[in-house]
Order: sequence, then structure tokens, then C-alpha cells
Amino acid sequence: MDVVQSTAAGLDSNGNGVSPAAAGLDTPDMVQLMTADGDLRDDARFSDYAPDPDTYQGLYRDMFLIRRFDQESTALQRQGQLALWVPLTGQEAAQIGSGRAMQPQDYAFPTYREHGVALTRGVDLPDILKLFRGITNGGWDPRKHNFQLYTLVLAAQTLHAVGYAMGIQRDRTADPAVPAAASVAYFGDGASSEGDVHEAMVFAASFNAPVVFFCQNNHWAISVPSDVQTRVPLAQRAAGYGFPGIRVDGNDVLAVSAVTAWALEHARQGKGPVLIEAFTYRMSAHTTADDPTKYRASADEESWLARDPLLRLETYLRANGTADSFFERLEAEAAEQAGRLRRAVLAMEAPDLSQRFGTAYAEPHPLVQEELRFWQDYEAGFAPEKDGGR
Amino acid sequence: MPVMTIAKAINEGLRASLEASPTTLLMGEDIGALGGVYRVTEGLKAEFGADRVVDTPLGESGIIGTAIGLALRGYRPVCEIQFDGFVFPGFNQITTQLAKMHARSDGMLRVPVVIRIPYGGGIGSVEHHSESPEALFAHTAGLRIITPSNPQDAYWMIQQAIECDDPVIVFEPKRRYWLKGEVDLTSPSGDPFTAHVLREGTDATVVAYGPLVPVALAAAAAAAEDGHSIEVIDLRSVSPMDFDTVTASVQKTGRLVVAHEAPTFGGIGGELAARVTERAFLSLQAPVMRVGGFHLPYPVARMEEHYLPDIDRILESVDRALAY
Ligand SMILES: Cc1ncc(C[n+]2csc(CCOP(=O)(O)OP(=O)(O)O)c2C)c(N)n1
Ligand SMILES: [Mg+2]
Repeated sequence: MDVVQSTAAGLDSNGNGVSPAAAGLDTPDMVQLMTADGDLRDDARFSDYAPDPDTYQGLYRDMFLIRRFDQESTALQRQGQLALWVPLTGQEAAQIGSGRAMQPQDYAFPTYREHGVALTRGVDLPDILKLFRGITNGGWDPRKHNFQLYTLVLAAQTLHAVGYAMGIQRDRTADPAVPAAASVAYFGDGASSEGDVHEAMVFAASFNAPVVFFCQNNHWAISVPSDVQTRVPLAQRAAGYGFPGIRVDGNDVLAVSAVTAWALEHARQGKGPVLIEAFTYRMSAHTTADDPTKYRASADEESWLARDPLLRLETYLRANGTADSFFERLEAEAAEQAGRLRRAVLAMEAPDLSQRFGTAYAEPHPLVQEELRFWQDYEAGFAPEKDGGR
Repeated sequence: MPVMTIAKAINEGLRASLEASPTTLLMGEDIGALGGVYRVTEGLKAEFGADRVVDTPLGESGIIGTAIGLALRGYRPVCEIQFDGFVFPGFNQITTQLAKMHARSDGMLRVPVVIRIPYGGGIGSVEHHSESPEALFAHTAGLRIITPSNPQDAYWMIQQAIECDDPVIVFEPKRRYWLKGEVDLTSPSGDPFTAHVLREGTDATVVAYGPLVPVALAAAAAAAEDGHSIEVIDLRSVSPMDFDTVTASVQKTGRLVVAHEAPTFGGIGGELAARVTERAFLSLQAPVMRVGGFHLPYPVARMEEHYLPDIDRILESVDRALAY
């Protein structure tokens, strides 16, 4: 792998180092099974793990529906129905590919952008919007989906994933009938700089924990490009911890699925952690509160349009016998989904503050109980009098 | 009843919990072969194995963060932080993740993680080894914070912390690790989240916890020689705080002095003063007095005896309260 050394002359006008190998360019060893033009490619190591052609339409459907969900959620935010939205457009292949490679007993620890993974874990999509509507910090039962709640403190969840994997190890030692499983720690290129990612990788390596670190390098951490976070391809960092690191074309759902399936098998077989760097691009704003025109050129965005993860699979499907009716049905399904989403969001009522007093602690807590009584008395003071007199 | 040190009592409490449930496990730096820098986990790795008494890589965020993951998988990890001043690399995981998990999951997820922190000064140590950061954690909803002051409490409170479904921080008074006392191995000391009246009195109430409890008792004994009857309360639990026991005492004595090693500003004494003032204003015959550290970084070892509240500092406050 050719690593471009930083030199004083390599600084851009902002004083930032420019390191094409780190972020801006594909590296020769990036795993790809389908080109941006929709042509299949072989990979000596990973073709065996590629999803079955029977599943291509399903993968396309997932990506299509989650993109439409993203667009609809953005619209709901614009209309004031959501406080904020975090778009995933551009990262559908990275999320659907990795999510579909997981087995039910595996457990995912997402950031705040993994709506596509949520779909693959069976989370009801409107539930994701509860957080963004401001009615809960959760939204689904993580134990039901083996999909942890979104974590907004960057990288904190990577350690939870490692600890969970350590728990899997102990469960299996105690009872070999417990199915082999792995956890998946999602994080971004920006979060890769957080100390928790380092500690997570140290702990995972030290205990040989069955965890897959799945980094979506979408090239941006809000306004900061990924070469501020790293001067080498992120996947290379794994070598320093002593486990495999693989850069995969994050816009190629087949390659992502294959590499993730391999990594999960590796982890489940007790061979230890794997780092996957899914090389992708955040095609939209960081959030609905963000303005990318302030920090990136539209040419940068346009250069990624041709690598759109949906486009290449659509090209392939159309060239290989998928009828127009398939795509028409998806349109209808997306329209139905949008209506359902909108109705669900509008029906989401703000919970009563008094409910929150019941969840701060698992066991009774005298101060919380006392403050609840105060709150209820205080609120009751505003209630209309019983006889209706006023 | 056997007599043992606080360190040994915690060791026995941990052993009892490890025996009682296969889901209990210990993790921390140097807790295995060495038995921890204070030997609190001595012998436990040999008895329960490296999977249950885990020498972790050196990283406090890593210890707490992986403990959260283990708890999500059904385990009850007990994390040792080597010294009070080294909990801060784990502060983020404790306050943003551990404390909030139950609330942010609307009560669906429980993370019964215990964090043991040897705390306080008086051991002549170097920087960062003598601090009392309990107020920094008490401010965070979702955490419970207890601190035993004697072997009987130490033995039971560590087990009760492990059984609790909420995250619990156990602040262990490190300069009292070698304090000996009887331990009743058959019956616990009651609810760990309540205060205990250790000495009854009528003229003033002194509340202390952890390492200052013996100091408060000695101050009360000295005051008795001067004819003052001092009630001494061991707070035991910093969060939740047992306002009822303290308030009842103040309604009787009319005066309250709160003593802790931590700086008084923004501290536990201020919280107790405010609560008792709200509850028993008309019983108070003097302002609530606080005895504690100054608003300074913890001083160097050769000065700490002047910094730490001692019998005289407590008596000085008691005298001011009585003279009011
Ligand atoms: C500990 C922490 N610091 C800062 C932030 C604010 N913040 C939210 S997202 C973000 C950028 C994250 O970039 P990256 O990890 O690449 O993920 P992406 O948003 O691109 O998916 C920042 C700085 C945060 N959420 N947590
Ligand atoms: Mg990013």
C-alpha cells in the first residue's frame, strides 16, 4: 500500500496536510465486487463470501427504501415535525451490506446515522424518528433487535461493543450450546480519532473478542475532511493492534456484504477482531442544521454521484433481466412507506415529564420520588377546579 | 464474629458475590496476580480464574465502557479504579453512558455496573492519589454513590452494590483500609442507601462519611469532656442522601456540622445544608457549618495534615455552632 508521507510542502491553504492515500483516493487494495458501472469483479479472498445473486433485488430494495425514508425524514424536519435529521444518503451500501451480513444472534452498536442497519435489524422505521422528534432518547427495544440504541457521544459505543463481545465469550465458555456470535461497532472517520476507539481496539485485541469494527469513512466529520483525522488509510490502523484491517468500497453493497460476512465469521470462530473501513461518501449535509457549501466544493459532491451505491446495482439489475415492474413496485412501496411514516410521526405525542421520574433509576430512589411528588402537586395547582368555577 | 480490616472485608464481600453468582466479575488494573495495589482483590484470581478476575489493559474509559457492554449481555462487572485521581479518563463513560442508559432506554436496559474507587488523603502520597471527587458524581442522576466507614458496612455494602440494578460507585476510604472491626457474616447492616446514627447526642449533630467518620467520633468524645453532647451520623450513602435521618437529628439538636475531606465549595456538605434548612429551618439554632477541604488542588503530602479536617477543625465548627 503506498502511503504518501506528509511534508511541509504538502500543506493546503488552510494549513492542513494533504494526504491522498488517507482519504481522497481509492487505494489499489480496496475490495470491490461491483464497479461503479455495474460490472461484476472477482476478488480472490472475498468472492466466496459474496451474497447470492438471488438476494440482489432484496439488497436494492433495502437501499432504495432507506434512501426514500431519508428523504421523507428530511422533509418532515423541514416542515417542523422533527427537531433534527441526520441523513444517510450515499451510505446505503455500507449500511445495508454490513447489516444484511449479520446473523440474528449478532449485536450491532450504531452511531446516530445507521438507519440502514436499523432496517436490516427489523427496527420499525418510524421508531427511529422518535429520537429526532424529541419524545425519547431511545425508540426501540435493543434486546428485541440486537441493535443498541443510537449513541451520540462519538465512539462511546465502540467500547460497549467490545464488552458485549467479551460477554459472548464468557457465555460460550459457560455453555458451549450458546450460538457463536459477534458484535459490530459502527463509527465514523471523525470518531476514529476519539480515544475510546483506541481503547476499544486494545481491549478487543487483548481479549481476542469477537467484534467487528465497522468504520464508515464518509470523508467528512461535519466540516472537517478525513485527512485531518488520519494520514494513512484507516484500515491500516488495525495492523498496529494486531488484527486484520480491510478497506472495502463502501458504495458496493456486494463487497461490503462479503467483507462483513468474512469478518463476522472470523470473529465468531474465535479468531479475534477485524477492522473494516467502508470507503464511502456523505452525499448530503451532516444534519439538517448543517450547510456543506461553507466547507466543501460542489465538484467534490458531484465526483461521487457517479459512484452512487444504488445506481450501480440498478444498472446491473436492469442489464440482467430485472423487469421495469420491479422498480415500479418499489416506487409504490416507497410512497406507501412515506404515508405511513408521516402518519406515525404526526401521531407521536410528547410524553408527560412525570414519566421520566420512573426511568432515571431502575430501583426506587427517594429524591426522585420526592421531586415527582413536588412536580405532581405543582402541576395540580394549574388544573381547573372541580366544580368548574373560575 | 470475625474481626477484619476494611480491605479484608471488601475482599470477603467480593468473594461472597463471586460465589453467589456466575455473572459477577471483577475487572481493573493489577487486580489479578497482584491483588490490586491495596490487595483488596488478593487471592480472588487464583480462586475464580482470569475470566472472572480480569486484569484489563490500562485504560479507565476502556474498563468502564467494556463493563457497560458486559452488563448489556447480562453480567455484573465490578470495576476497580486504581486511585481516585485516575477515574477521570473514565468520566465520560460513567456520566454520559453508564448513568443514563436506563433513562435513555426508557427503562428497558439495566447496567448494574459497580465502580470501586479508593479515595481520600492522609497517606502521604504523590499528586492525584488523595482526592475526594464524590460530588462530581453525585451531581449526575442515574448513579448511586455509597461509602462504607467500617468493616461491617464494607463487607455488606459491596455485596449490596453488586446486587443493585443501578450503577453504584463505592468510594472506599483508603486510609482506613487497615481499620479493624467485627463483621457479622450472617446479617447485613440494613439498607445501604441510608445513614446511621453512630452516637446519640442532644446539643449538635455532626455528619461525616468515609474516612472522616472516626474523626467525627473522636471529636464527639472530646466535646463530651467539655460537657457537649454531640450526635454523630455516618451518612454512608452520598446519593441518594438520607435527608430524613439527618433532619430528624437536627430537629432534636438544633445544630448541624457536616464534615468531609472534599472541598466544601459545591460539595456534599452544601447540599445537606440546603436540604436540612428547607426541612428544619425553625429547628435550627445556628447556620449549618461545613468542615472540609479548601478551594485548592489537593496539597502536597507534607502539607496534607494541615489541609485535612481533623478533630480540632470539627470542634471549631461545633463550637461556633454552639455559640450562636
Ligand atoms: C464526543 C463528541 N464530540 C463531538 C460531537 C459533535 N459531533 C457530532 S457528529 C460529529 C462529526 C462526526 O464525524 P464522523 O465520526 O465522521 O461521523 P459522521 O457524522 O460522518 O457519520 C461531531 C464533531 C459528538 N457528538 N461527540
Ligand atoms: Mg464521517
